[in-house]
Amino acid sequence: MRHLLSIEDLTRDDIERILDRAATFEEVSHRDIKKVPALRGRTVLNLFYEASTRTRSSFELAAKRLSADVVNFAASGSSVEKGESLKDTVLTLTAHSPDAIVIRTPYAGAAALVASWTTAAIINAGDGKHEHPTQALLDVHTLRQKLGSLEGRNIWIVGDVAHSRVARSNILAFRTMGAQVTVCGPPTLIPRGIEALGCEVRYDLHDLREADVVYALRMQHERMDQHFVPSLREYAAQYQINGRRLGPRQVLMHPGPVNRGVELSGEVVDSPQAVITMQVKSGVVVRMAVLYEVLAGGASTVRQRPTYPTEPQLA
Amino acid sequence: MTPHEPQSAGAAGIRLVSAPARPADLLLRDVHALDPRTGVDGLHDVLVRGGEIAEIAAPGTVSAPAGAETVEGQGRHLFPAFVDPHVHLRTPGQEHKEDLETGTRAAAAGGYCAVIAMPNTSPVVDSAPILGALLDAAAREARVPVGFMPAITRGLDGIELTEMAELRALGAAGFTDDGRPVADAGVFRRALQYQRLCGGVLALHEEDPSLSGKGAMHEGVVSALLGVAGIPSISESTMIARDCALAEYEQARIHIQHLSARESVEVIAAAKARGVAVTCEASPHHLTMTDEDVRGLDTRRKMNPPLRSEEDRQALIRGLRDGTIDCIATDHAPHARDEKEVPFEQAPMGTTGLETAFSSVYTDLVLPGMLALELVVQKLTSGLGLLDLLVPMIAVGEPANLVLVDLDAEWVVGESGYESRSENCCFAGRTLRGRVLLTLAAGAVAYRERSTILSVPA
Repeated sequence: MRHLLSIEDLTRDDIERILDRAATFEEVSHRDIKKVPALRGRTVLNLFYEASTRTRSSFELAAKRLSADVVNFAASGSSVEKGESLKDTVLTLTAHSPDAIVIRTPYAGAAALVASWTTAAIINAGDGKHEHPTQALLDVHTLRQKLGSLEGRNIWIVGDVAHSRVARSNILAFRTMGAQVTVCGPPTLIPRGIEALGCEVRYDLHDLREADVVYALRMQHERMDQHFVPSLREYAAQYQINGRRLGPRQVLMHPGPVNRGVELSGEVVDSPQAVITMQVKSGVVVRMAVLYEVLAGGASTVRQRPTYPTEPQLA
Repeated sequence: MTPHEPQSAGAAGIRLVSAPARPADLLLRDVHALDPRTGVDGLHDVLVRGGEIAEIAAPGTVSAPAGAETVEGQGRHLFPAFVDPHVHLRTPGQEHKEDLETGTRAAAAGGYCAVIAMPNTSPVVDSAPILGALLDAAAREARVPVGFMPAITRGLDGIELTEMAELRALGAAGFTDDGRPVADAGVFRRALQYQRLCGGVLALHEEDPSLSGKGAMHEGVVSALLGVAGIPSISESTMIARDCALAEYEQARIHIQHLSARESVEVIAAAKARGVAVTCEASPHHLTMTDEDVRGLDTRRKMNPPLRSEEDRQALIRGLRDGTIDCIATDHAPHARDEKEVPFEQAPMGTTGLETAFSSVYTDLVLPGMLALELVVQKLTSGLGLLDLLVPMIAVGEPANLVLVDLDAEWVVGESGYESRSENCCFAGRTLRGRVLLTLAAGAVAYRERSTILSVPA
């Protein structure tokens, strides 16, 4: 696999191969010296155009545990603030010959676009509201550890689906792994046409009991300024996952960071059903496996995606 | 230099201006002349003398007079040249995208003999001095006649009306805030009322900004999949409904630009049925492409209104057939390469279209049998008539506004570059059928395809 741009590009075999390798990396994280030489001498560039602590440090840790050299390039304090275009930034950084670029931007399709401008392997760490493929892979990894298989499992994704790249990647990944997916949230935050991804749509939590897994999305405070819901109080009353709504045998997931008292009540965050810290742990080993996959081999199954421009680039 | 004004036809005072050019003396021998208005349809010799159509006769019967060039048609098609009521020539202020010379060269290469430029330039064309300067510039630079539509509101701010009477007196082709709607119904109503004083069709970009928001593509299955904010069809159709009601109440004339949605076609059909003075246009890209073509997030396919669903596309095609849609207009919107080489959501809206309009519609709609060739020629030649301007015709005594087309020629869009300064064409890379070989505009040769040998020297 040359790049990881979208879950849409992955087959079930691809996902299983990556996660099987992640499982072998689990052992490394339990050693005293948490490092293997798999990517020694390789350079991984973290290019983040959006604030990120978890994803960026998780990628950094993953690269370092594989002995790669890591350079972090944050948009603030760089030439980006001086008005440099994404393309010029990428061409400049490519001059340093990175082997992989991990990129997060607020724009859909930006990772795929960057892949057409550079010879480095591109890993999409979030492109606008489009996809966040490594989050979906680490969520599948966590569920495989917790449940064995996702085949036939019923997974509810609850909250602001419209503005969530995590939701989009997870619907695709869970479906690919054989699960049934239901999305549930305020009608103002469920995009028209989302059923086309192969999920069911609900607007209330009445049937939440049928879920094996409840995946709550972060309710972003900035959505309040845009009046998508009348108030956080009303949102919580309708959609909060709390002790009354969560069953004892359901698995509770959340991509973090949690707004306690909004999408999740404090009690369920700390409940035995919650696997939120397990997700964070999976993040490092899954990102190790993804870096290994794009830099050190694995079958080439990724489909060609049309991007603009298609002509060869001027340096 | 006085502006060259080949067409004074139409309503008093509207000016179509181009640079001086030598009137053509040309024998088009053995061409398949087709003009749905005059009923000409068959092999003819067409003689152009001094820039006018002098003779239309049976093939092989006309001999070239002394000094006239002979073009061997070999049965290729000759149409009245096309007209476009909706192009962006980016002058003044954005000449890195296009200027009057490159834009009209692109028009000529697409078979156009006249175009109307939109006012969303920098500065906006909203005062007589700016319009006057543009008309003067066109008289030096334009390869085909250009008319200008100044803004309805100053700076396109949607608040204050421009000095429409003065602009009309100077030759304004109508008024438009294209690129933006006149969102405030009260302001728009005053513009309609003012039409009683100064005339001039109001051409409207219809979009309710409270519904389209920050949308970057059609709201539907593809936008849901890509996580890109959508522009719903109803943001267009509800504004058209509002403006048709206002135009009906004020008994004013309006022209709706670039229809994209099924609902919009229905609203206009209903308005026409009750006698509202409304006309409308559809663009080649909305007639031939859908939001499925945006899956790869190619920024050349980002335009406003956006490419919509197959159902919408079919409704537009039906609208052309049943007469709800009056003409095809390109909304030719050039942007520089580096402006378009950015992530989709950041990219400016617009595609170039003048050089591909006929070929794209011919390839995707005429060849598969969805639209008749005569209908397409009629819709490509009627846009300026809606503004009381030029309707090109193949008839003796008419000025030579003609386009010679090889319907069998295949070409790859962009392969040998563009006449336009910009290359943001949504059809780039497509193989199209139908190639413009020769364009006569206002009696002069405006374009010749370089690689085809057509002529016998005089």
